[in-house]
Amino acid sequence: MPDSIRRLFHRLAPAVDFCSLRLVEERSEHLAVRQDVLQPATTGIDRGAMITVMHGGGCGYAATSDLSESGLKEAIRRARDWARESAGRSLVDYAALALPRPAGSYAGPEGSGADGVSRKDLIALLMRESRSCRIDDRIVDWQVSLWTVDSSQLYLTADGADLAQQFRYAIPSMAVTASEGAETQTRSLGGQYNGFCRQGGLEVLEHAGFDGAGQRVAREALDLLAAPNCPGGRMDLLLMPEQMMLQIHESIGHPLELDRILGDERNFAGTSFVTLDMFGHYRYGSALLNVTCDPTRPEQFASYRWDDDGCAAERVFLIRDGVLERPLGGAVSQARAGLQGASTARACGWNRAPIDRMANLNIEPGASSLNDMIRSVERGVLMDTNVSWSIDDSRNKFQFGCEVGRLIEDGELKGLVKNPNYRGVSATFWRSLKAVGDASTFSVMGTPFCGKGEPSQVIRVGHASPACLFSDVDVFGGE
Amino acid sequence: MMRDYFYRLAAFLDGALQGGEQYTCWLAAEASDFVRFNRSAIRQAGHVAQRYLTLRLIDGLRHASCTLAVAGDLETDRALLTGAIEGLRAQLPDLPPDPHLLLSCEVRSTERTVASRLPDTAAMVGEVLAAARGHDLVGILAAGPIWRGFANSYGQRNWHESASFHLDWSLYHQGDKAAKASYAGFDWDGGALRARFDSAAAQLAMLRQAPVGIAPGAYRAYLAPAALNDILGMLNWDCVSEKALRTRQSPLRRMRDEGLRLNDAVTLAENTAAGLAPGFQADGFLKPERVALFEQGRLAGSMISPRTAKEYGIAANGADANEGMVSLDLAGGDLPLSQVLAQLDTGVFIGNLWYLNFSDRSSCRLTGMTRFATFWVENGEIKAPLNVMRFDDSLFRMLGDKLVGLTRERELLIDSDSYGARSTASALLPGALIKDFTFVL
Repeated sequence: MPDSIRRLFHRLAPAVDFCSLRLVEERSEHLAVRQDVLQPATTGIDRGAMITVMHGGGCGYAATSDLSESGLKEAIRRARDWARESAGRSLVDYAALALPRPAGSYAGPEGSGADGVSRKDLIALLMRESRSCRIDDRIVDWQVSLWTVDSSQLYLTADGADLAQQFRYAIPSMAVTASEGAETQTRSLGGQYNGFCRQGGLEVLEHAGFDGAGQRVAREALDLLAAPNCPGGRMDLLLMPEQMMLQIHESIGHPLELDRILGDERNFAGTSFVTLDMFGHYRYGSALLNVTCDPTRPEQFASYRWDDDGCAAERVFLIRDGVLERPLGGAVSQARAGLQGASTARACGWNRAPIDRMANLNIEPGASSLNDMIRSVERGVLMDTNVSWSIDDSRNKFQFGCEVGRLIEDGELKGLVKNPNYRGVSATFWRSLKAVGDASTFSVMGTPFCGKGEPSQVIRVGHASPACLFSDVDVFGGE
Repeated sequence: MMRDYFYRLAAFLDGALQGGEQYTCWLAAEASDFVRFNRSAIRQAGHVAQRYLTLRLIDGLRHASCTLAVAGDLETDRALLTGAIEGLRAQLPDLPPDPHLLLSCEVRSTERTVASRLPDTAAMVGEVLAAARGHDLVGILAAGPIWRGFANSYGQRNWHESASFHLDWSLYHQGDKAAKASYAGFDWDGGALRARFDSAAAQLAMLRQAPVGIAPGAYRAYLAPAALNDILGMLNWDCVSEKALRTRQSPLRRMRDEGLRLNDAVTLAENTAAGLAPGFQADGFLKPERVALFEQGRLAGSMISPRTAKEYGIAANGADANEGMVSLDLAGGDLPLSQVLAQLDTGVFIGNLWYLNFSDRSSCRLTGMTRFATFWVENGEIKAPLNVMRFDDSLFRMLGDKLVGLTRERELLIDSDSYGARSTASALLPGALIKDFTFVL
């Protein structure tokens, strides 16, 4: 397919200032077992192309799953029409843009792959874990699943760019619900919304601790059922990586997206408390805070070599020693803002245009062991695994909830608490960061479900983080 | 034309079966122009032609499905389907029989086609930009046909086709202060568009006043229909799902288990007859005209998918697999819209809410933010825009003993979501006056 599309595109490409084709093909499979019953087995083949035309200062796109000559001709015609319609009425002067013309190829980790393991064996694995969840009559629902995606992308421009990239994604999941009386609690492996997701093959299950986890997760659901509610008050908060990933995502990732700062998202996903004049000097967090955008860690969920505008990806610091350095934004937004950003113009598929997204947004490890951090707390709570997230339009006032909490008293971990929540304000919360865990506390997480854009897009992002300790946070529990 | 294409694909599938095989087939397609605006200029403009076909092959109680992006060309797509059928056929022996499989065996074919009356999208864009002159407009225009089709090997054929537009936009003052509006339908009317612009512009004038902040606490509040819709939309997060109720994961389970009730004024239904969504679901079951969910504050029903119906031995009621509402209908109350500010007296007028989530599912407690046109009101008069506030309160209280009343007038809100595809969901609902609405940050 890539060779025939390549030939066809170069033959059909019109005489315009710029014309590109982005071909995306994804093959996916989702296997799930709920209460020891295999759920409807689903596969998918999603294939299509987007043509982008820039001409006379305007820009238009057209996406189609008809990859025949007539299909591509029609897409080129429509993209040209929209470029013409937008010329002179466009927010961006595309005539002044200089997109790169790179050539090359990249393949992410294939790992052990699903190829060597039959579907029947995978179902047997899921069934075994499902059966192990049923340890008590109070376990009322449980599901285990594996979602795999193979993705290939081709990016061509009429004047020479030619990029081919291949990725394999594995997303294991497990959630167990226990109920008694009026109380119901759910515990999961890595989160109820696929927080444990990586690139690679079936070794991802191994890294997630999938094999044998059913019984443990079920036991933890029962323990939660019996636990008291999280206490309320201002106290220290120790966040583990399964919650840190969400904290990073919502209160660092989204506020640093240039298209929000430039106003594109104001009608839907929102704006940002960060303004263009803050870069270079704004104290985002304490001096312990170091945040990178790193698409180069191969196993992480949003690693790639080039973004969807063909810009080469590299690891860059967004926040260094607590000071804001760079925004997240691709070539178009960087030109609009007059700022150096990161190569993060990304589309969720062939039928959506690239916009500024997070890729792998990570907190760099610090120097504290988990024990050091716990010992430093007189009164506080350890929280792990996100279950609830909400933050305001400008990504400032937030409230998050976790699956599990553990009290910390006089430097020691104490009992389990349920329904742990906390709230705060991004602009001050990160400045209360008082310890950053070392590499032994570091985990690679992510989400397949970051939503944004008009028209809307759900994209894959990665977040890696150590455990982090914050002081004087507003903590509370359930009713 | 698209209908003929789909029916011919279905006929091809009829002939491709072997032995005792059956199939179901679902088409979700659209040809959409998307024009995104920022600062009253075009930010991104383009066209998306997409056709997704989900084919399920069934043999006894074994079944597997595949979703394909098809080209829209019969010859190409017949080849794609041949490959898909072979792939699914090869899968079936590896799959155990599914005890929860429920097929629609009674042939009930339907067709609903609304021919396009839309003007050229570029002409709509011209009118939008003209109306936006002098303002800071940001938003999106989506326009074009949407197709949904179902076919199965029993011979059932269902077709839904319409062409609509949706302009969803905000006029910005500065920062997070904006007036939000929308204009959607099947017939474009430049006069109606300008009227909605004028209304949003008038609201914008109020947003130019210096904003005020209030301390966390309980306040009397009016939730405009858009804001109330955000709260009721949370019922689609495993609340009115029969499976979630049966597995005790629904935040409404105390309504079923303990008989907990909402205010008598709350009567909620999935009203397919009055909505814009297709009258059939992806497994081919037809949707009843109305499914009662709350009747005078009492939990009266739930959304039941075929799979849940089979699992628990009950009747399905046209719900899709996620068991959510797509044609929400909340009955109006007896509070005249003209009396809202007077009845609110002193408190918060909330135009829109934003980013809701559960903060304690067992108590059906929700949190979220105020957004867009939200004002502080004193003695029945709007005094100033309110800086964003976080609320955290239980639905049982908000729509229970704290509910003062629902407006007599209702508003039809058409869902502007376009995740994966343009939504066909809608909501018809009033505004709500609530006492002691709890803000926490």
